[in-house]
Amino acid sequence: MALLEVQDLRTHFRTDDGIVKAVDGVSFSIEKGKTLGIVGESGSGKSVTCLTIMGLNSKQSATTTGQALFKGDDLLKASKRQLREIRGNDIAMIFQDPMTSLNPVYRIGKQLAEAVILHQDVTRAAARAQAVELLKAVGIPRAERRIDDYPHQFSGGMRQRVMIAMALINNPDLLIADEPTTALDVTTQAQILKLIAKLQHEFGSAVILITHDLGVVAETADDVVVMYAAKIAEHAPVDDLFRRPRHPYTWGLLGSLPRMGADVPRLAQIPGSPPSLLHPPSGCRFHTRCEYVMNVCRTTVPELRPSPHEPGHLDACHLDEETKGREAAKLVETMMAEEVV
Amino acid sequence: MIRYIIRRILWAVVLFIAVTVVTFVIFFVIPANPAALIAGKAPRPIDIQRAAHFIGTDKPVWYQYGKFLGRLVGVQWDRQDGEVWNIRFASPSLGRSFATRQNVNDIVARAAPVTASLVIGGAIIWLLIALPLGILSALRPRSLLDRSGMVFVLIGISAHPVWLGLIFAYVFGYKLGWTPITGYCNAVNPVGSCGGPVDWAYHLILPWVTFAILFAALYVRMIRANVMETMNEDYVRTARAKGAPEWQVMRSHVLRNALLPVVTMLGMDISLALGGAVFTETVYGLPGLGRTLLQSLDAFDLPTTLGIVVFATMSIIVINLFVDLIYAVIDPRIRLA
Repeated sequence: MALLEVQDLRTHFRTDDGIVKAVDGVSFSIEKGKTLGIVGESGSGKSVTCLTIMGLNSKQSATTTGQALFKGDDLLKASKRQLREIRGNDIAMIFQDPMTSLNPVYRIGKQLAEAVILHQDVTRAAARAQAVELLKAVGIPRAERRIDDYPHQFSGGMRQRVMIAMALINNPDLLIADEPTTALDVTTQAQILKLIAKLQHEFGSAVILITHDLGVVAETADDVVVMYAAKIAEHAPVDDLFRRPRHPYTWGLLGSLPRMGADVPRLAQIPGSPPSLLHPPSGCRFHTRCEYVMNVCRTTVPELRPSPHEPGHLDACHLDEETKGREAAKLVETMMAEEVV
Repeated sequence: MIRYIIRRILWAVVLFIAVTVVTFVIFFVIPANPAALIAGKAPRPIDIQRAAHFIGTDKPVWYQYGKFLGRLVGVQWDRQDGEVWNIRFASPSLGRSFATRQNVNDIVARAAPVTASLVIGGAIIWLLIALPLGILSALRPRSLLDRSGMVFVLIGISAHPVWLGLIFAYVFGYKLGWTPITGYCNAVNPVGSCGGPVDWAYHLILPWVTFAILFAALYVRMIRANVMETMNEDYVRTARAKGAPEWQVMRSHVLRNALLPVVTMLGMDISLALGGAVFTETVYGLPGLGRTLLQSLDAFDLPTTLGIVVFATMSIIVINLFVDLIYAVIDPRIRLA
């Protein structure tokens, strides 16, 4: 049984302008100890998917349907109390911006210990000892002393380490990392990703890594979900995705990766911008920006179907097999030549 | 820390000089002669001259200001034919009233506890109204409570304390007879049958409420906005993601941060409220600083006016310093250097 199995998840927000379908029929699953990468542009529904699983959307405006089975129990139907016991204990989360994710008025030791005391029946001293232990594990020097510092006394990278320590302190089965490196500089990004991978190995947690960086996904993920405009465009094992990408949106993403040493005047890009989720395009949501667009794309929503070559590789595109194979091969060839992959 | 306090005190001295100089200048720009007022009925010019000499307004303004500063730090002198003599040290003094010849120190000492009772009691009442109303409105935006709260805010901000005071005195004091209409009773040292903490509070209920309503309204709005803003902070989401129960998220993460600015505002508004106390004291006939100040202005009584201005300035400076120091304790991001 999968650790987490999400089925036909839909999250809709009521706004003054109408209903925003932020997540619209998303399904995926993740096994114990594995890493799932979720990629997509800003506003494609990656973060909302995970916040919905955690039950952290604002209750007033969001309606959710579908299922999110965690160890067989549906998180979307869990009571507040059950959710509270799962949050931070079985499923932990790291957020995008470490600068604002820690409470500025408490010492980090107190914030770490709070996470321990909420889920374990231990004394304050024991919780503090665990906190020091975790701070050491995430590579904070002089942890015994830094534990009494306030968040503003840490750099961005160090704060993200503190957040990781806080997420892992109860040894969760699943860690959701929502763009954990977006707010950090490039060298720190690499350190944090390595740290997550290392700790994942040590703690045996599964990880959902939300990112818009395909390079990060290539290095860390086992499976990849590509999201576009609240729907899944392509879902594949990581090697398959990079060797035989099947969706034009994925081609666009891969094609727009910066190329080391390539003699191109400017970066390739996907023309246009992501559609409004208030009034999404008819048919395939990518048809407004797709260079392979056909008539059927404008009228019929493509289903997420497995590839005939590889049953674990799903994509939602009307294109015929021949075109998909040809275009993917062409793209992969240029990428190989330019040493992107 | 020490350096910070010294710097603050030096600033206070500058501020103090500025405020008193302005008060002096305004007083002498007004075309009125306090000497003529105290010289008696139908005074002859010679009487006015003598009165002016007696209270010192025949001297140049800068000399009077010097005298005032000297008295304040406890140095006094006489001056005749351009020579200063008989320099002596005395306890600091605000001088004597032009109108009544009373020691201004005593006038201020009598009036200050009245105003302090009004302002501190009023502040407690406005917080008692604003904290629960503001927090609950923020928790349930657009609920009936929130909407009623906003109506209260609108009324509170629009209604002038003088009008409110008159209405309250008429309804609760005169028609219903629940409270006294005017007057003040000392909490200690009873005078006759009027005195003691119970009489004191009984006489102050209406003034407190009148005084508190404007600020309560402003604070409901401020607290509501702060709490709503803080509820959207990332660290509040972090607390929920940790699995903290909602009351704990509210108490230790939302309110702790949302109420920080309220402490600063309270310090500033208590200073501001000293000014607002003038209206309430006048309506309810409370012998506090505000009413005394108004009376001294009517009588062109410079020493009393200045005395109250000096005292109010000092209080505001001390309160603000106190608030800043408290803030450094409750908000670790602020380092005083």
